[in-house]
Amino acid sequence: MDNKTILAALKKNAMLIVLVLVYLFFLFLTKGGIFSPSSFTELINQNAYVYILGAGMLMCMLTGGNIDLSCGAFVCLLGAFGGVFMIVLGLNTGLSILLLVLIGVAYGVLLGFLIAYVHIPPWIATLAGYLAFRGLGTAILSGNSKTGSLAPFPEDFRNLFYGRIFPTDKGVFNWPCFLFGLFAAGMVAFVIFSTRKSRLAKGYEADSIRTACLKCGLGGAAILLVMTQLSLDGGIPTTLLWVAGIILIYTFITSKTTIGRHFYVVGGNMEAARLSGVNTRRIMFLAYLNMAVLTSIATFTVVARSQSAYADVGKNFEMDAISACVVGGVSASGGAGSVLGMVIGATLIGVINLGMSLISLDANYQRVVKGFVLLAAVVFDILSKKKKS
Amino acid sequence: MAKILLEMKNITKTFPGVKALDNVNLQVEEGEIHALVGENGAGKSTLMNVLSGIYPHGTYEGDIIYDGKVCRFSTIKDSEKLGIVIIHQELALVPEMTIGENMYLGNECGHKFAINWNQTYAEADKYLKMVGLTESSKVQVKTIGTGKQQLVEIAKALAKKARLLILDEPTSSLNEEDSRALLDLMLSFKKQGMTMIIITHKLNEVAYVADKITVIRDGSTIETIDNHGQEPVSEERIIKGMVGREITNRFPKREGVQIGDVKMEVSHWTSHHPLYPEKKVVDDVSFYVREGEVVGIYGLMGAGRTELAMSIFGQSYGVNFSGELKLNGQHVKLRKSEADAIRHKIAYVTEDRKGNGLVLSQSIKVNTSLANLGAVSSHTVIDGDKEYAVAEEYRDKLKIKTPSVEQLVGNLSGGNQQKVLLAKWMFAEPDILLLDEPTRGIDVGAKYEIYCIINDLAAAGKCVVLISSELPEVLGMSDRIYIMNEAKIIGEMKAEDATQESIMAAILRSGRGA
Repeated sequence: MDNKTILAALKKNAMLIVLVLVYLFFLFLTKGGIFSPSSFTELINQNAYVYILGAGMLMCMLTGGNIDLSCGAFVCLLGAFGGVFMIVLGLNTGLSILLLVLIGVAYGVLLGFLIAYVHIPPWIATLAGYLAFRGLGTAILSGNSKTGSLAPFPEDFRNLFYGRIFPTDKGVFNWPCFLFGLFAAGMVAFVIFSTRKSRLAKGYEADSIRTACLKCGLGGAAILLVMTQLSLDGGIPTTLLWVAGIILIYTFITSKTTIGRHFYVVGGNMEAARLSGVNTRRIMFLAYLNMAVLTSIATFTVVARSQSAYADVGKNFEMDAISACVVGGVSASGGAGSVLGMVIGATLIGVINLGMSLISLDANYQRVVKGFVLLAAVVFDILSKKKKS
Repeated sequence: MAKILLEMKNITKTFPGVKALDNVNLQVEEGEIHALVGENGAGKSTLMNVLSGIYPHGTYEGDIIYDGKVCRFSTIKDSEKLGIVIIHQELALVPEMTIGENMYLGNECGHKFAINWNQTYAEADKYLKMVGLTESSKVQVKTIGTGKQQLVEIAKALAKKARLLILDEPTSSLNEEDSRALLDLMLSFKKQGMTMIIITHKLNEVAYVADKITVIRDGSTIETIDNHGQEPVSEERIIKGMVGREITNRFPKREGVQIGDVKMEVSHWTSHHPLYPEKKVVDDVSFYVREGEVVGIYGLMGAGRTELAMSIFGQSYGVNFSGELKLNGQHVKLRKSEADAIRHKIAYVTEDRKGNGLVLSQSIKVNTSLANLGAVSSHTVIDGDKEYAVAEEYRDKLKIKTPSVEQLVGNLSGGNQQKVLLAKWMFAEPDILLLDEPTRGIDVGAKYEIYCIINDLAAAGKCVVLISSELPEVLGMSDRIYIMNEAKIIGEMKAEDATQESIMAAILRSGRGA
């Protein structure tokens, strides 16, 4: 491997390097506090919604830089409905979840229809929801509670979205969690080497053995590190399963399926896609239906964590999801971007949030720092790509 | 001998990995029209970008001597100050603004904070008159046709006090009439002492206007041909320089093709304009294609050829259709869906490869499989290796020049992009191919290759409908020719009976409302 290929690899993974540097920076500032087992759990639980909404936002943005402004307010509305179903009416948890997902589907169908078939520009169509849903949610909450919030959610609901699998006490090493980590690292290695082998067998371009080992080593080490820390903090959070499941599913959809390919080509050139027999309207429709359904899942993780539904829940979530995508290299004009990139972007934002609250920086300055870090990250990314060409 | 206005000496320009220009020399005399010809990717546009300062001094080697002085431009403004004005192939007008606003864009009259609109429009009108436009400069650009927009570009250049005018493919989107008018305008400017450089693929235009012709091939100057003789220089002579060999036959012969039964028959096909439903864009058109036959549809721009093809292809353009479509003798009711048309084995290869043919931000591989993704996937999961193999197969078959099929289509030259577009539709395995201007804006060598592909398709028993506004192409390639004008088919000729004169005469007769 000569200097040139190393440089190219660094540039390609610029945002990953930024993430590592920012992490090291906070590691230094918090004197190792951000590396504690509980920080890892916190990072996952606190940011679960960014990954989930980010996956939905990615699909919208792929279709041509379209965004959903309403998802944060929709979280508030769904939370209020959830509170009414589970706390006020005392409905069964499974039924409540089903009803909430159905409300998500209903909104998604309406939104998708307006955008794909009535041709309302997405940001206007979703602006309506942004304005209306929080008002409606708050009205429902204050109509059912004097304090304006509904709590607590049932135990089984919280265990499903904010519990742990095979929980153990803190400090006791949780073997199921560690073994799961070993299994995941093994899977990564298997996928990397089996792809390489099959490509080589057919005489296509493939990673060199060194690159493959490096990828495998770094990926495996990162997974093992996270899972070891989680093993020391009581086991796998259920949130991680939801997030990991969604990430894997959307990685598969975007990279391996025809429908995923259609999202990219619609964003790359809508007319060319249409004239190649792609049902472009259906893709737009699916993007927003998908977004609304994912929003309902994000709501569960958020409400289960805060244990209550309140007026401010979900505030600025749409911006977090958009930032995660943009920082993760998703094109603001559509047609380019990956789930992995979005995950790196979301993690970067999560690390910055967690690091700043660990050093107890004033909340107002946290926003200032976040704004500048986001800008700096994107500027860095664009400059590093520019030099390449 | 006249004074040399511009001399470019030993220009070398390197892009990462590619030497785009290698010791290029160009001499332009004052008051002449100098044509720059060469295949796509030969380096013509790069050379002009060096000259106009788009590639600033320091990014290339060599000297530019203009009006006796060595020039070092670092921006376009620098070159424009000296009167070097370039008009790019793709028009750079803002459609929503008026002609006058466009002409003085970035060059506004009056004070920085108080634009003098009266002066702007008065000056603009003056220059519009010089290029023979009668429109008021207060008209929005989007309301005038492409031909007139090109003239506005020229008026804009004049407003910048151009001394050396560079026109990059000025006629590529114009019909023959507008093209001729533009060339005559150039000749009249020449009489007034203007110096011009024209880049074009249309060799008949070169022979018509140019005083000297410089041929560029693979980034080097090959020769400069004088066009002052009694006879205008022949197209074959120029082509020889461009491709480095003589193309004795520009249209390859089709051999051993069996023309079979009628495959597709369209009758009384009518469709209307999507915005003005009372206007017919296809008017009672009937035609048929046989298996293994190449049918040419010739018409001037706006005759309704594209509208016809697109309406057959899943009603992808137009509204209120009527008429009948028979495939293999069976009446077929096509729904308003492109996917439906593809299922019936119809393919439409667009004239606008960048606008609605290719996804430029995606790889050759992705574009090749796009219209038939199902064939490289099982249960909607794409088989990456199979897709790669397909892309490789078509890359070899169509001789697409690229280091890898993972290359982004946006990085390819026009000819190679056109081949990717064809690859996409060939992979969709159609029986009927509607080819709309398949050789627009590509060079002679690539054209020949595309003609060979068309012949292969016909030999494989496909029906090819070749829509073109280049008469020699229609005459050279078709078995049968339909002539379209004003949304109607006004004539049908066998290739052996048709001549340029008879086709043009048919159009003129119908145009007069006979």
